[in-house]
Formats: sequence, C-alpha cells, structure tokens
Amino acid sequence: MPEIPQIDNLWEFFRENSAAIGPQLQLIIWGLGILCVDFLIPAQKKGRGAIYALGGLFMASIHLYWFWGISPGPAFYNMVTLDFFARYFNLLFLAAAFLTVIMSYRYLDIEDEQHTEYYALILFATAGMMFMAGAIDLVSLFVGLELMSISTYVLVGFLRSQKRSNEAAMKYFLLGAFSTGIILYGMSLLYGLSGSTNLNEIGRQIVGLENNTLLVLSLFMMMAGLCFKIAAVPFHMWVPDAYEGAPTSITAFMSVAVKAAAFAIFFRIFYLAFGDVREIYIFALAVIAMVTMTWGNVAALTQDNVKRLLAYSSISHAGFVLMGLVAGTDLGVTASAIYLLAYTFMNLGAWSVVILLRRQDIPGETLEDFNGLYFKHPAIAVLMLIFFLSLAGIPPLAGFIAKYFVFAAVLEVALSSGEAHSSLMVWVAVVGALNVVVSVYYYFRIVVSMFIRKDYLPAPLSFSAGLVVVLVITGLFTVLIGIYPEPFISLARAASLSLT
Amino acid sequence: MVESLLDFLHIIFGQIDTAHYLVLSTIVFSIGVVGVLTRRNVIIILMSIELMLNSVNLNLVAFSDRLQDLSGQVFAVFVITVAAAEAAVGLGIVISLFRNKETVNVDQIDLMKG
Repeated sequence: MPEIPQIDNLWEFFRENSAAIGPQLQLIIWGLGILCVDFLIPAQKKGRGAIYALGGLFMASIHLYWFWGISPGPAFYNMVTLDFFARYFNLLFLAAAFLTVIMSYRYLDIEDEQHTEYYALILFATAGMMFMAGAIDLVSLFVGLELMSISTYVLVGFLRSQKRSNEAAMKYFLLGAFSTGIILYGMSLLYGLSGSTNLNEIGRQIVGLENNTLLVLSLFMMMAGLCFKIAAVPFHMWVPDAYEGAPTSITAFMSVAVKAAAFAIFFRIFYLAFGDVREIYIFALAVIAMVTMTWGNVAALTQDNVKRLLAYSSISHAGFVLMGLVAGTDLGVTASAIYLLAYTFMNLGAWSVVILLRRQDIPGETLEDFNGLYFKHPAIAVLMLIFFLSLAGIPPLAGFIAKYFVFAAVLEVALSSGEAHSSLMVWVAVVGALNVVVSVYYYFRIVVSMFIRKDYLPAPLSFSAGLVVVLVITGLFTVLIGIYPEPFISLARAASLSLT
Repeated sequence: MVESLLDFLHIIFGQIDTAHYLVLSTIVFSIGVVGVLTRRNVIIILMSIELMLNSVNLNLVAFSDRLQDLSGQVFAVFVITVAAAEAAVGLGIVISLFRNKETVNVDQIDLMKG
C-alpha cells in the first residue's frame, strides 16, 4: 500500500488548496444561499433569485480575475487545477451563465414557472462545468460531469406542467445516464491498465500499449460516452427532442455551455491521457466529425420548427469543433477554443430572438412565426440576420474566424511533411467546406421568412431589459470577434499552450 | 455460510483472482446495456442503468485490490454517491411525467418526432 497522505490541519490544508477552486466555491455558496433564502421571498417575487444568481456569477468573475495572472497550479493532491485552459473555459461558462440568467427572467414569467431553484440550478451546473474544465483526475472529472448533468436534467424538465418538457427531460436523462455508465466503464478499465486515476500519470503509463485490447476498448467506450455529451452522430438522437422540449433559455444554455464543458473534458482526456496513442482513434474521430456535420445539416434542411432546426445546426457545429481535435495540434486546440467562444455568442443571440418571439399564448417556434419580422421590428430582424450569417461562417463575423481556424488547423496537419494522415485531413477539410455551403440554405429559410413574407402576427414581442442586454452583448461580440479577433486568438492560444 | 460458499466457488473456479471479477463485471455490464436497449418500462431502464454503474464499481474495487492502490475504492464510493443522486432525479422526472401522461412506457412517450 502506498503512503496515505496525512492531513494535520484540515483548515490549513483547505486554505492552501482552495485558490484553485475559488470560482466554483463562490457559485456553490451562492447557489446554496439562494435555496436557503427562498422561503423568505414572497411567491409573487421569486424572480429575485435572478439577482442573487447574478451576484454569485459576479463574485466568481472577481475570483477568476484575482487569479488571472497567478496560476494556483494543481491542488487537492492533483485533483483540480486552474491553468489557463481552465480559466479560458471558466470565462466562457460565466459569460454563458450570465446571459442565460438575464434572458430567462421574463421568459419564466411568461411560462408561469418563476422559481428561485431555476437560478440556483444554473449556478450549480456552471460550477460543475468549471470542475470539468479544471479536472486533471478521472474522479474530479466524473464528479464535475455529474454535477453539471444532474442539474441540467432538472432544468430541462423545469416546465413541469408541459408534457413536452417532461418528455424531453425523460429522454435526456435516460440517454445521459446511459452514456455516463459507458464513460465510467471505460474509466474503470483505464484505471486498471494504468494503476492511476491522474490523467498525466495515465498518459505516461499507457505508452507502448497501443495493441492492448483493453486499452482500445476503454478508449472507444470513453469516446462514445463523450460523443453523447457533445451530441455527435451517431449518439445525437436525444438532441432534437431535448432541445425542443426544454425551456428555450435552457436550450440556449445547453447548446453552448454544456457542449463547451463536454469538449473541455474531451480535450483534457484526449490530449493528456491519450495524446501518445492517437493512431488508435484518429480515423474513427475523423469519420465521426465528418458524419456529424453532414448529418446535422441534412436533417436541418427539412425542419419547420425553429428550435429543432437550431438543434440540428448545433449538432453540425459540434462536428466542426471536432475538426480541431482531429488535427490534434496546438493550433487544433486554439481553433476549437475560438470556435466554442464565437459559437457561445452567436448561438445565444439566435436563441434569444427565439425567446423574444415566445409571447403569451403563442409558442413562437415555427417558421411562420418569423414571417414579416423585418417590417415590424427591423432591428431584431437585422440582428438575427447577423447571427445567422455568423453561424453560416460568412465574413467578417465571428463564425468566419472560428471556421477559418478549424480549417487552418486541419490543413496545417495535411500539408506538413511526413504526416501519415494527410489524405484523411484533406477529406475532413473538403467535407467541412461542402457543409458550410449546405448550412447557408437552412439559415436563409428563416431569413426569407423574416424579410420577404408579410403575414405578420399582430401580438407584441416580449421585450424585457434583460433580453435587450443579451441581444446587444451577443451582437456586439459576434461582430467584434469577426473584425478584431486578435485578443480572443491570443487568449485561446494561451489556453492551448497550457494544455499541452 | 459465506465460507461454505467460498469453498464451493473455490472448488469450481480454483483461486478467485482479478480475472473472475472482470468477467463478472462484464456480464453485469452487458445485462445492463441490453436492458437499457430492449426494455420499454422506464423504471426497468433505470434499474438497468444502476446495473451498469455497479459493474463499474466491481471493476474499480477489483483493480484496487489487484494494484494495492486505494484510489479505485475512493472512486467507487464517489460512483455510488452520484448514482444515488442520479436515481433520485430520475425518479422525480418519472413522477412528473406520470402526473401529466399516466404512462411509464417509453414507446408512448412520443410527442416529439422528426
């Protein structure tokens, strides 16, 4: 038996290590605080939870800012770290959670489900994502993943009186728990092979085991489970249903933050632990990336429900982000990190317009609901156009920079001399380029409804201060990342360098 | 009772080592996966998922014993805790669905398609 570490002074130990989990601690304390003061808030004013949630997110940002320059390093016996990769993703999660909280306030009033638990659960889910981004051990990675997933299961089913929401939660829960079981089995085999749960240690131990059946099995099980979480084909069946039935604000949150968190652990595991055995999985991963973007786009072509359409589009975007992982270089991580950041803003913007169309008695989800939006609210229609142009990857918007980088990452590997997979990389790039063209078609179906059709529904849009703030921020960043990308690129590059 | 059972197993399998535990966990995991994929009752699917998680625990504890390393057992304790939380949330979702729809059959949970 190895030496069991002796902790003499628990408080002293915690004080020394807690710097690495500062932002998470803030979120959890504020989330628990919301649950504790809930009974003091009168039933008509449960929306106050949003203010407390914003307080928690603000304090977490302050913590992140304090530790921005100094890296606290691995803490709690190499369980979590707050390196630049984790800080980059923490920033992304905080931004997504902030925008989600202020866009949900009015929406929950309309749905008549205003409860403080909603905001507490968003804080818990965000804390779980931060643990995932900072995890360098299988145990902390798993606990973070489950903290995020379980909070999200509840949030998806939050509209208790609606059958659609119940059904979405059921499907999401069953498939999510199933995929957790598969990931865990892979983890347990990996632990048995390497004798450690630390990702760096696993990476050292499995060198030279390329032909070991158990390693291949555990690798593919973890890959399958993670593909469930990032919604890659063929593990995407739950996505359209869960996205359609969930409260729209939570759909927006899931499509950016939950996906980004799953990608963060995907990168951690496949760079730190499996970085030296790329030969095993590179082909499978490339095929998954190609099939994911194609299938998502083809299925989106025929959708009439905008929530489903955006759900399929988010599947195809997952394929594009995977291209960075297929490249497997520093530039690959940079590209995927930029893609996830740009996607956060442009996709949250598009979803917030969908929330805007949700009015009393009008679901506002079908293509017809967008008819003639330009003639009634030109500013909203133009903003939506910007988001869609960006999602389709048209310059000079954020989506173009994101797509430029993933293609650059893949082509850099394809063109470098002595690379065994150059033809595979070229194929990935070609399929990706074709998919960009396909995606323009279905985004422009909505644009056509907005700008050409004229039968506009007379009911007023559900404007609120929070939603306007979200639209302004997301629109601003969508344009800003497109025309002045340097600061964002250097952030993402620093994140990729701290990972490898 | 336990000792006679161990004697019985010893006669059949010889000395029980890690490989036996792995075979057992593989069997339990397979039963769980097949249960999730073929059963139509949500409660039974939940039970099958629990089987999958418990087979992971078997694996972890067997490896922990083999490697003389405690982290596997710690991991197993975390898995048990999280499985309990997950089951609680899952049953809550089943109840909220049952209130609106009065069914636990996944074939009848089909409002959304396409």
